[in-house]
Amino acid sequence: MTGLIDYGVGNLFSLRSSLSMIGEECAVTGEPEELSRFDRLILPGVGAFGDAADKLRSTGLFDAVREYAATGRPLMGICLGMQLLFEKSLEYGEHRGLGLIPGKVTPIEKDIEPGLKIPHIGWNALSFKKDSPIFRELKDGEFVYFVHSYHATECEGYVSAVTEYGGTLTAAAERDNVFGCQFHPEKSGGTGLKILRAFCALEG
Amino acid sequence: MITKRIIPCLDVRDGRVVKGVNFQGLSDVSSPVELARYYSDSGADELVFYDITASAEGRRLFTDVLKAVAESVFIPLTVGGGINTLEDFDRVLKHGADKVSVNSGAIRDPALIGRAAKRYGDQCVVISADVKRVDGRFTVFARGGRDNTGLEAVEWIRRCVGDGAGEVVLNSIDTDGVRGGFDLEMLRAVSDAVDVPVIASGGAGSVRDFVTLFKTLPRVDAGLAASILHFGEVTVEDIKKALRDEGVNVRL
Repeated sequence: MTGLIDYGVGNLFSLRSSLSMIGEECAVTGEPEELSRFDRLILPGVGAFGDAADKLRSTGLFDAVREYAATGRPLMGICLGMQLLFEKSLEYGEHRGLGLIPGKVTPIEKDIEPGLKIPHIGWNALSFKKDSPIFRELKDGEFVYFVHSYHATECEGYVSAVTEYGGTLTAAAERDNVFGCQFHPEKSGGTGLKILRAFCALEG
Repeated sequence: MITKRIIPCLDVRDGRVVKGVNFQGLSDVSSPVELARYYSDSGADELVFYDITASAEGRRLFTDVLKAVAESVFIPLTVGGGINTLEDFDRVLKHGADKVSVNSGAIRDPALIGRAAKRYGDQCVVISADVKRVDGRFTVFARGGRDNTGLEAVEWIRRCVGDGAGEVVLNSIDTDGVRGGFDLEMLRAVSDAVDVPVIASGGAGSVRDFVTLFKTLPRVDAGLAASILHFGEVTVEDIKKALRDEGVNVRL
């Protein structure tokens, strides 16, 4: 069973529907002591990094998620949930993240041509940097849906997919059992469902 | 590079799709779920649902339908129509909307956009503006084009974006329903004035109109289409293939 971590940041509706569509049992939880009963976890999130990290800390989920990852079972962060996997973010000040993947989260503005719209919103193509178990059903160039103004940097060895937007942006990263998708698999049509299906097939 | 989006727009009243839907191969053309699936399968990048219901009972039917659509279609869903309060945002977001589009509600309560953006994030708030030329001036209309607000459109949209609206739907009343092409002059004025995505609406009559739109105005991000798609004369795929052939980046 897959656990969806609810810490009051973002809407779990689509994620729950997507998992139900691929026949994966899931449950929503916000209780740190409950995490250990799941075979795998998804950490969603939208909004600002600092607020989200504070919420994880105040609910006790911050340490619980780190402990869960240390057991070797699969963990996936989506959008802001992916950014939280890194060591720190420079969004409105400097904030410490879960530190499960080396690297930091910085504004895309610094890495793209001037004049392009921010956030980076819409469908863009994935280009793979390594063989990732969660992308094993995908072909290079498949489109996924992005909405973000920040992305992970200084994480070169851990980048599994990038996308081009007047510069190269980190689309996905992973380290062992920890996976991050900057885009929204739950909003990326059939391609997104293939990613979720592959993740849900992973065993700890 | 990011693709240009093609977005079918469905008007829903009391839980059923209304106006000009005429498809072959669908058992129930006024079922929002069937239509949403059809559009999603044929390459739509996003869907917009306008709730044109007046009654509270109709609103409940709408949210039931929205939930059913969101459970079966996994592309972004925008909901508009009758959004006047934060409770309205809450109601549709809880039933599966990803973005909420406000129009008259933001004119009546200018603080609505700021409050919604703070609570749900900029990416969630779409300002939809119905605009018509009055004495040569782009003027915002409310209540489905019935009331002249006297607001100058570019100023108004810029202000909404400043308050936190993450996307703009610009509907030209002057070209709407005429099917003679998008209102390029109006779209240029707005897309030059803001840095968030602009979605063109009103006037699409042929595949060619989308090519002209994106070739003439590369800063426009998406095109909304209603009647041209609903009658089945043209599919989302037809539009995208024509765009690709002209060198416009699309998801195919």
